[in-house]
Amino acid sequence: MSKGAKQWGLHLGIIALLFVLQFILPAYHHGNLARIMVLATFAIGYNIAFGYTGLLSLGHAMFFAAGMYGLALTMKFLGFSAATGLLAGIVSAFVLSLAVGLLALRTIGVAFMIVTLMFAQSVYLSILYFGKYTRGDEGFVIQQADRVIAGIDLSNPVNRYFAALVLLSFCLLVSLKLIQAPFGRVLIAIRENEERTKMLGYDVFRHKLASLMISGTISGAAGAAYGLLFGYAGASFATVQYSIFPLLWVLLGGAGTIIGPLAGTLFMFYLIDLLSEITSAYMLIAGVVLVLLTLFARQGIMGEVRKRVIRWLP
Amino acid sequence: MTDNKQKTNLTTRRGALKKIAAGTGAIIGATSMPLLGRYSQAHSSEPIRIGFQVHRTGIGAAYGRWYDRTTMAVAKVINDAGGINGRPVEIITEDDGTDPKRGAEIVEKFATKHKCDVAYGTLFSHVVIGSAPRAGELKIPYFVVSEGHHVASGMLNRYTLQPGITDVKSQVQAMAPFVSANLGKKVAMIFPDFAFGHNHRDYFSEAIEKQGGKVVAKIAIPPTETSFTKYFPKIPRDTDVIYHVMVGPAVLTFVKEMGEFYGPNAPQIFGFIDSLEAVDLASPGLEFLEGTYFWEGNPRYAQKDQSEYDKFYRKAIGIDANGASISDSKDVSTYAHMFGCWETMFTIKDAMEASGYQSPKDRAKMIEAAEAITTMAASNEHPQGDKLFNGKTHQVFGKQYISKVNGQKLEVVHTTSIEDGFYPDETDYTKKPF
Repeated sequence: MSKGAKQWGLHLGIIALLFVLQFILPAYHHGNLARIMVLATFAIGYNIAFGYTGLLSLGHAMFFAAGMYGLALTMKFLGFSAATGLLAGIVSAFVLSLAVGLLALRTIGVAFMIVTLMFAQSVYLSILYFGKYTRGDEGFVIQQADRVIAGIDLSNPVNRYFAALVLLSFCLLVSLKLIQAPFGRVLIAIRENEERTKMLGYDVFRHKLASLMISGTISGAAGAAYGLLFGYAGASFATVQYSIFPLLWVLLGGAGTIIGPLAGTLFMFYLIDLLSEITSAYMLIAGVVLVLLTLFARQGIMGEVRKRVIRWLP
Repeated sequence: MTDNKQKTNLTTRRGALKKIAAGTGAIIGATSMPLLGRYSQAHSSEPIRIGFQVHRTGIGAAYGRWYDRTTMAVAKVINDAGGINGRPVEIITEDDGTDPKRGAEIVEKFATKHKCDVAYGTLFSHVVIGSAPRAGELKIPYFVVSEGHHVASGMLNRYTLQPGITDVKSQVQAMAPFVSANLGKKVAMIFPDFAFGHNHRDYFSEAIEKQGGKVVAKIAIPPTETSFTKYFPKIPRDTDVIYHVMVGPAVLTFVKEMGEFYGPNAPQIFGFIDSLEAVDLASPGLEFLEGTYFWEGNPRYAQKDQSEYDKFYRKAIGIDANGASISDSKDVSTYAHMFGCWETMFTIKDAMEASGYQSPKDRAKMIEAAEAITTMAASNEHPQGDKLFNGKTHQVFGKQYISKVNGQKLEVVHTTSIEDGFYPDETDYTKKPF
């Protein structure tokens, strides 16, 4: 079997497993997995910029929030349906990532981190400033009756799970195809040695911009889906915390691996969920676990798997 | 290990007998009538499981600590008196980190993992609004103790109720006549620049104008602010009254810096005690507050005419006459808010008993029973005072207290009527489907 066939087989197998789990899992884990799949989509988006292109952004919460508010505000004030609202959310993130990319990509390294952080803070503070419409930190509910696409009630647990699975599968396979394509190879080349890639004749800026836009748009799709599936939009999703989360999920799962973001999100979600039942200092323990993983599994969970077991893992 | 699953019922003779009876039932059921045995065991002796969503970490932690203590105390009182419908109450505690995303996850956890009968106890508005949609979808009654106007505004759903504490709109509306008549007509407002502060800004501005007053400055302070001196010069010189309400870890700094800015020449000062909840009024730097006024949801300091109900309530939680823990006088409670937990728990009990609640299939009946509640008389169950519950808006209305700082203590100088806080209904949840 060729390397490409193995890669497709593995990822389609994971999607099939997630599909089957729908019928097996108890209600609690069923609900959790739906949420994890949406958050993992956010991490997949982040991974394209950070894991494959080497763009360490500290502001991806702005794209998630752009998707969420693009959906929620158009549904609330312009009477958009859930489907058009979802599209509006994705377009919002696309436009924002283009604007941020054009400006922020003039910088590199630490400066890029700071500029993306500042842009994200601007988005967060704008949400608070326009509190009359956004309801600021308090946020607002997207009513259950409005969360319907083509007659499918997305507040229903089964429908929610399938919607999250469709979103995750689409983004997972798109990112796999992207990385297998010459375009993805150029992104990896930029990550490994930007100067050499430039010297080889590639337009590094355009590739980085495209990478950031794909990353931001996928993150925005996750934000819009989160609002739609769980019925709430609030400024807390635009805070710096939600820029750090995808970084952690990707680092834990394995930066530069396609399924690393899913593995990292799953691991982190249950780590916090289980630890919080034992101690109120659960974030401290989560921090220690992260430090240990960074020390002893520097490439993250799936990065270590690639290094030790499945060397063809994309 | 924390008290994540604190079973507050102590081992008593009654409890032991119930367990023996349950065990016998289970054995009989297992050997002869398995389904019936399981049914009778589940309905007769299993505890009523109340999922307590607490702000143990995050910005709401100071409130959460005291909401926790109040909840454990009231659960013990209820269990000592025979529980709910003869069943003991079990409190299942989960920390939501004062975060709406985690809050929604916790509500899911209560409904699908812990199999709780109801969820309860959330304070911060954004956590309530983030969590309530999931409560509605999972059809689990969700009793919040939040003060937010979100319940009565009609934003939420049939399963979300606030029967233990009045909302901000009602509170500020009841304050305006006193401020206007006793302190002055020109008011400068200082409030946190997020939704809670905006509610104060909007509702108080409207209320004071109805009293012939005027808000001359609206000073919003960003939630991340740590130094406040640059904001005080924005207060107009002809201001009669400064109205302040702040929340979060920087409240003490805010109040101290206000004192340093004005010295002895301050205008009248009226604050919501939120600015100094869990803070000792005898803290150095707060001397300038002498003679100023505060709203209190429930008077922190035991008053001369303290009711027997308040005595009972303080003793049960372990609070002294100054509103601090009896084991540590520096550990000041969030007395103006936490009574809401106590009273909400008794409302849950009343609604369950009135509806003959046995299992989650009776949740709709329980909501209807809660909606049918109208009056709550001052009692050990309602130590803050008389209340009226509006079943249509799922919101309770009650008296508010205005206290003056006297000898570094708060002395109640005015108690509003319940009617002072009334406003027209903005929704009718009883017409919404279950």
